[in-house]
Amino acid sequence: MTTLNINGQTFEVDADPSTPLLWVLRDTLGMTGTKFGCGVALCGACTVHLKGQPVRSCVTPISAAAGPITTIEGIDKGRVGKAVQAAWVTHDVAQCGYCQSGQIMSATGLLETNKAPTDADIDAAMSGNLCRCGTYQRIRMAIHDAAKSLA
Amino acid sequence: MNVTRIARRLAGQAHAGHARGGLRRRDFLKLTALAGGGLAVSWVVPSVLAEDAQAAPGKGADPSPFVTINPDNTVEIRVNRLDFGQGALTALPMLLAEELEVDWSQVSASLAPAGDAYKDPLFGIQMTGGSTAVAHSWTQYREVGATLRTMLIAAAAEQWQVSVSSCTASAGMVRSGAHQASYASLAAAAAKLPVPDRVVLKSPSAYRIIGRGQRRLDAVAGASGRKNYGIDMRLPGMKVAVLLRAPTFGGQVESFDATQAKAIKGVRDVFEIATDRGGTGVAVIADGYWPAKQARDALQVKWKAGTGGTVSSDALLASYREAAKNPRATALAADVSAAATAAKHVGGEFQFPYLAHAPMETLNATFEVKPDRATVWAGTQFQTIDQGAVAQTLGLKPEQVSLITLPAGGGFGRRAVPTSDYLREGAAIARAWSGRQGAQAGALKVMWSREDDIKGGYYRPAHLHQVDVALDAQGRVLAWDHVIVGQSILQGTPFEAMMVKDGVDATMVEGVVENTYAMPMRLRVTHPQVAVPVLWWRSVGNTHTAFVMETMVDEVARAAGTDPVAWRLARLDPKKHARHIAALQLAVDKSGYGKPLPAGHAWGVAIHESFGSVVCYVVDVSISQGRPKVHQVTAGVHANQVVNPSAAEAQIQGGAVFGLAMTLPGFEITLKDGVVEQSQFADYPPPRITDAPPVAVFFVPSEDPPTGLGEPGVPAIAPAIANALAALTGKRLRKLPFDLTAA
Repeated sequence: MTTLNINGQTFEVDADPSTPLLWVLRDTLGMTGTKFGCGVALCGACTVHLKGQPVRSCVTPISAAAGPITTIEGIDKGRVGKAVQAAWVTHDVAQCGYCQSGQIMSATGLLETNKAPTDADIDAAMSGNLCRCGTYQRIRMAIHDAAKSLA
Repeated sequence: MNVTRIARRLAGQAHAGHARGGLRRRDFLKLTALAGGGLAVSWVVPSVLAEDAQAAPGKGADPSPFVTINPDNTVEIRVNRLDFGQGALTALPMLLAEELEVDWSQVSASLAPAGDAYKDPLFGIQMTGGSTAVAHSWTQYREVGATLRTMLIAAAAEQWQVSVSSCTASAGMVRSGAHQASYASLAAAAAKLPVPDRVVLKSPSAYRIIGRGQRRLDAVAGASGRKNYGIDMRLPGMKVAVLLRAPTFGGQVESFDATQAKAIKGVRDVFEIATDRGGTGVAVIADGYWPAKQARDALQVKWKAGTGGTVSSDALLASYREAAKNPRATALAADVSAAATAAKHVGGEFQFPYLAHAPMETLNATFEVKPDRATVWAGTQFQTIDQGAVAQTLGLKPEQVSLITLPAGGGFGRRAVPTSDYLREGAAIARAWSGRQGAQAGALKVMWSREDDIKGGYYRPAHLHQVDVALDAQGRVLAWDHVIVGQSILQGTPFEAMMVKDGVDATMVEGVVENTYAMPMRLRVTHPQVAVPVLWWRSVGNTHTAFVMETMVDEVARAAGTDPVAWRLARLDPKKHARHIAALQLAVDKSGYGKPLPAGHAWGVAIHESFGSVVCYVVDVSISQGRPKVHQVTAGVHANQVVNPSAAEAQIQGGAVFGLAMTLPGFEITLKDGVVEQSQFADYPPPRITDAPPVAVFFVPSEDPPTGLGEPGVPAIAPAIANALAALTGKRLRKLPFDLTAA
């Protein structure tokens, strides 16, 4: 059994310790807000926070996931996450929306450490998150807007 | 179904004038009062198209709700399309709500399952493609709203004993003098009234919702991880299946050993199964995706070629060059003998690779199979075709298969497959699983990995263009001789009979054959048979034809010593191409085209019509570390009446990024000995945020019926960038993706 702390709740999970966190979230715990996109940490769709840091859950085995985990389902519990979500809605960022959980997790991670990111900071922090609909322009706008609302 | 219309629209060739698609009087709306107040409005459809009715008289009469007014006066609207990012979930309810006279805040929406009532009023099947959602349902959704409003007003007038003309409807209420009543309270009375034969639609000046940007109806759910896609399906006892396909298309299992695979915890079954294109593969069933994938990786399989090809990209290019010497069919005839007297020739060979769609959500479908019925949940663009294909695979009739449409994480054409490849494969696995497990089988979610997706075929076909433009001493075009070689998308599909005429697949020549600039143009083509499955890829033939035409036009203009914008304006017919001229002028004006740019920057321009809409891009480009750097994109767009400006802008911005992908190093699918050489985002890299330029979008104001927006943003971006790069380097890029080291 592996103990996981997710969004403030404790779960005992009966899965091989090498199982990626992504599949425990999605298939074992039914938390499907975190998405599968590539399985090899190239697209960022599966991004969650582990001890406050954005990580790719598709390559993070549950054995390495000790410490508080935050997923998209719990990101609104923090002030920054809430602001990012609000900015995403205001700017109507999503098209298909599939990558947006991961985008929001990465954006929140950025604003937790950088209160006034430049476009270059945003590009650097968000370049691991693919969006095939091409919503990047609105992602930049929403992050700037969230930063302003938090200032 | 109307295959001509479908194929034309998928090929981007339909004209706005065709796209009326109103309610037919032979169909009727049925109003049903709900317990506790409220009203469900169903559209009872004997048959959507007259030709279908003749083919199957008496079929149908399937009451499926289009709109429901709840007892709390909120309104739920069913959307007859897939929403995979293009915004149909929001745009179609906007049309209905506009005419119904309800507040936008009262409206919610959901995707309709497969059903006769939800067939495209022009196509005659339920599908999403060809940038048609709003264009084809523009009249339909407004008429449903107007009909319901008219009946609610009539019910109020009768109840209050006042004239209909004294009543007004707004925000879900009917009012007359001191009287007022909510729609929900009038519902029971309205349900008893006859449905009017004719309704009057609002004039554009009265629009309150149409033309005003509305955010996506699922924006809040999407931002909180609560929006459920096909891949998120969960049912009690559900298992997950993955399929190991042969390394070549149509390859077959000679033998396999599943000992190690079956030893993995959570693995339930492993068996051989028929796959797409006459191949066979090995299916793994497990408790979840991870054990299923682990087990698949542990399979030991010996393959044989089967029907599989041995295609290699280098050899294919050589064979296309050979084929270009003797094109088999003529799409456009012209006397090109004047080329013999030319003062100068421009042009050359253009190369385009295979392209995978690579939507963020990989393909998947969930099946629940019973002896006499089945349910399938999928984010599909082709409900009617897929419902039939699943039924056939399961040995059922289409009406025994419920197909539930779930939102999809992109698609770009990959979820509109004439062969229903992924649904047939999934259904075959589900059928076999049911057969092996009996009543205990339960539901099965069949999933694709990213590797499956990139290697899985159904690519935008590879193409070779050869263009020779003969110019006189003044740079005037004497003859334009154009050859295209590439696989037919439509050959071997139900659309072939109508859309492959005299050996020419309309989806390959669209974007050239219109001869927008009225030149003495000969266009000849060859469609080679290649063992690589091909498909439409967002904007279809325009993905390559726009590039060739708009870079060649730029080259011809410069050869004549003329500014490329002035050249186009001089050649475009003010009557026939008024929308082109307006879009071009708008992009030029807003961009500041022609003004001096910083050293090392250049302007580039391209314009292209597809799916009834015209998009012009003006770009500001430099070269940085051997890669093009696009600093700013300005779009001038003519798409007639824009229903949702926020979503429309997003489609152009996203379309530009989607088209930009075609230029990026590595964005190509290549084959060696029949095996696809790419498999992941590492070796097939789409644009990232660092590649994405700001795109300023401007629409030409119009009140004409809406034209397409999902695809038209794609074609013109790559040629605009290539034209800027040619201005910078003096060298023409004729191969996608770009290779600046070769230029």
